[in-house]
Amino acid sequence: MKFKLEIWRQFETGEEGHFETFEVDGIDPEASFLEMLDQLNERLTGEKRRTVAFDSDCREGICGSCSLVIDDTPHGPRQVTSCQTYMRDFEDGSTIRVEPFRSTSFPVIRDLVTDRGALDRVIQAGGYTGATTGPQPEPNSMPVAPEVQERAMDAAICIGCGACVAACPNGSAMLFTGAKVTHLNLLPQGQPERANRAIAMVDQMDQEGFGGCTNFGECSRVCPQEISLDVIGMLNREYRRGRLGKRPKDPPAMRAQ
Amino acid sequence: MNLPDAKIPPGPIEKKWQTWLDQHRLVGPNNRSDSKVIVIGTGLAGASAAASLAAQGFRVESFCFQDSSRRAHSIAAQGGINAAKDYANEGDSVRRLFHDTMKGGDFRSREANVWRLAELSENIIDQAVAQGVPFNREYGGQLATRSFGGVLVQRTFYSRGQTGQQLLLGAYSALQHQVASGNAVVHDRHEMLDLVLVDGQARGVIVRNLVTGEIERHAADAVILASGGYTNVYYLSTNAMGSNVTAAWRAHRHGALMANPCYTQIHPTCIPQSGEYQSKLTLMSESLRNDGRVWVPRKPGDDRAPTDIPDQERYYYLEERYPAFGNLAPRDIASRAAKVVCDDGLGVGGTGRGVYLDFRDAIAERGHDVIEGRYGNLFEMYENITGDNPYETPMMIYPAPHYAMGGLWVDYELQTTIPGLFAIGEANFSDHGANRLGASALMQTLADGYFIAPHTVAHYLTGDREPVSTSDSAFEQAEDAVESHITRLMDVDGTTAAQVFHREMGNVMLDNCGMARNAEGLERALTEIRAIKRDFWSDLRVDPGRDEFNQSLEYANRVSDFLELGELMCVDALRREESCGGHFREEHQTPDGEALRDDDRFAKVTAWEYRGEQGDPVPHDEPLTFENVKLATRSYK
Ligand SMILES: Cc1cc2nc3c(=O)[nH]c(=O)nc-3n(C[C@H](O)[C@H](O)[C@H](O)COP(=O)(O)OP(=O)(O)OC[C@H]3O[C@@H](n4cnc5c(N)ncnc54)[C@H](O)[C@@H]3O)c2cc1C
Ligand code: FES
Repeated sequence: MKFKLEIWRQFETGEEGHFETFEVDGIDPEASFLEMLDQLNERLTGEKRRTVAFDSDCREGICGSCSLVIDDTPHGPRQVTSCQTYMRDFEDGSTIRVEPFRSTSFPVIRDLVTDRGALDRVIQAGGYTGATTGPQPEPNSMPVAPEVQERAMDAAICIGCGACVAACPNGSAMLFTGAKVTHLNLLPQGQPERANRAIAMVDQMDQEGFGGCTNFGECSRVCPQEISLDVIGMLNREYRRGRLGKRPKDPPAMRAQ
Repeated sequence: MNLPDAKIPPGPIEKKWQTWLDQHRLVGPNNRSDSKVIVIGTGLAGASAAASLAAQGFRVESFCFQDSSRRAHSIAAQGGINAAKDYANEGDSVRRLFHDTMKGGDFRSREANVWRLAELSENIIDQAVAQGVPFNREYGGQLATRSFGGVLVQRTFYSRGQTGQQLLLGAYSALQHQVASGNAVVHDRHEMLDLVLVDGQARGVIVRNLVTGEIERHAADAVILASGGYTNVYYLSTNAMGSNVTAAWRAHRHGALMANPCYTQIHPTCIPQSGEYQSKLTLMSESLRNDGRVWVPRKPGDDRAPTDIPDQERYYYLEERYPAFGNLAPRDIASRAAKVVCDDGLGVGGTGRGVYLDFRDAIAERGHDVIEGRYGNLFEMYENITGDNPYETPMMIYPAPHYAMGGLWVDYELQTTIPGLFAIGEANFSDHGANRLGASALMQTLADGYFIAPHTVAHYLTGDREPVSTSDSAFEQAEDAVESHITRLMDVDGTTAAQVFHREMGNVMLDNCGMARNAEGLERALTEIRAIKRDFWSDLRVDPGRDEFNQSLEYANRVSDFLELGELMCVDALRREESCGGHFREEHQTPDGEALRDDDRFAKVTAWEYRGEQGDPVPHDEPLTFENVKLATRSYK
């Protein structure tokens, strides 16, 4: 297959970037999008031209490193990570536009590589239980209904890629933060810090410059882990509850839905 | 140089770790903030060690090359983590987990270490649950378990097919908690390029800031390497793209011995390679073998659709050859069996290098929903990559390089041969002998990080040390060495990307030092690797610009170390003239093709000493003694 690529080039943070056009040919339809870029880079090296910088590591959709906007959509057309996007999903001969995740909170480092450290700082504000290493209670002494575990897991599978932020017209990180708050606040182990967790994480989000949520729903539509908008509802409820100083209800652990 | 004492405590095996704990020296709570510990790596081993040491009150500086500590390769582990909790009421115990791990490793690991691992396994589950790791639950709300290869009990705990992710996010969040509390600092996008020794002790590291290209000096009282495994030496593997041997190799060059480097694991169930352009191979979790049946057509070249081949014309080779364990035979055995049937011309798929993993019978017996509940995300992943639906047609799989049992030699305290340098997780050689059992790597990384290193490193910190500063000459020399290595890489100024050399070397390694090895092939591989190395140093090209973000420089630097490691692996494989676990020397096999150990000559660990780029590495042997297991021919029949 062959493609025309319009790729965002930017030398460093703060510099003005531009699109550069490349043609690639002889691409196997079974190659992944990143493997197609590898091939381009191998060729550019031979031509003594600067390669295109992009992040990736696991290349199986779980580490959250890869972060391309492909034809205006974070991660591309199929709601899977950039690394799980295959060339068979594009029309032979088409033009594809490749950009970094766009958000004021994710400054571009070079080309398609951004700094998403803001997401780590949101976690530092409250995305943990207080348990430090040492003897812990026997897990089966605190049973958790499988339905509750499933709901917690549906949120916990967030890979922290930031596509939700890149997709949101407001640059909001509510889906990311909501996923962590939902995961921890549903489980008995997350209860001790529950009253404050949502408030602390939302405050940090504001400080990082992420925007507010006005219910576009774009975040969930591009999320490769298909995290549901319900987590934003949960985040809002937990935030209000915290602000009102309401005591959380009893741990929901064994209450089935 | 002699191999130091492994420091195994005296007494019966059940008491050794407690004996050690009772006698080790402690640092008082008020003095802990006087000591600084550097932790290289934020995978399960590194994050858990960093979080635990910081919570005790030590100052911790942790480093990773990814853009966030949450992305370490551990995140990709799928299937589960073992623990001897016996929730399934099958009579499981610490002794059984110990025994299975010793036997699984083909009796090439240290008894005392393995016992401690089994003993600590239960605490890991408790710790993870307390962090909010959502392990799968049974209907009564109790933790669920399943089976993995090489065992007859269900002791594997899991979070769907994303167990590594959930465990890592637990350890990551504990570390972030410590960052928020001011006890730990995480430097992401920083890569360690050298170790700094002062008076023979590990006292710091030289790292490259991958964003600015700046070379930085960091001093500490102890250094922990948790930098993961080196299976990317094969180019294509199930490891993440960035996984590499650089941190361990640079320590090796300073005198840390490298143990059993030829012990690597080729995992039986991966999606077969489809083309040259491919950058990595995708694992399909071993847990699938709980319900999937492995087979090939009995007739060579049978090109019917798998669903059209009737049962009597299918060769369920694992079930036939290993009736007791069947599809759950251990990895080394299952991988080799796949290779044998493919060598015999029975393989399927475009390249003839594939076998079927079939869920037809499991779906008929247990229903679509049960199978979906167990493996839904894996089936989806498979379909996404191959375009085939495993509910309707069998998966096609083939073995792929996956895990390094070999690594830096460590004693019982997980200290390398360099005082003050510790190695934990996949980076060390400790617990898995010549073959690792499924779901045991996660267990080992977290036993090391949560429960062993925090005590043994603290114990070390009570010893005498002079204060050091990063302006000391040792730091200057190390920095110079790093700078000149970078200059050397940039100055080649050829026309070929590092990837090309890496791919060539990977092919050589896989063909000659992979699932089957022999003296002739290993000798040939040595010659070929040396030739690739020469080409690398005469035609490499990296992007210009060392004081800036430069991924091609990062990559070339890693490949330069893989080239040296590859050679050592072949040397080690040549010297070990026996077959054991993943190390199968074709000259040493039983009449029915099973591995033939030579306990008289090789019941030992081989730890290699570095003797310079031109010198030959020198082997040092640590004899292995067995008092709690009977050395037996490993049989899964
Ligand atoms: C696909 C897959 C599935 C698996 N599934 C299972 C399973 O189900 N059960 C099981 O028990 N095991 C499994 N394993 C094995 C297991 O995941 C690994 O052995 C384990 O996670 C290794 O953890 P680690 O902490 O030692 O290293 P890693 O997780 O590899 O972390 C290495 C860290 O070191 C850092 N690093 C490396 N070099 C440098 C440097 N020079 N400078 C700075 N930082 C550096 C990296 O940034 C990273 O943070 C699986 C492995 C793979 C590949
Ligand atoms: S590279 Fe890990 S999710 Fe894409």
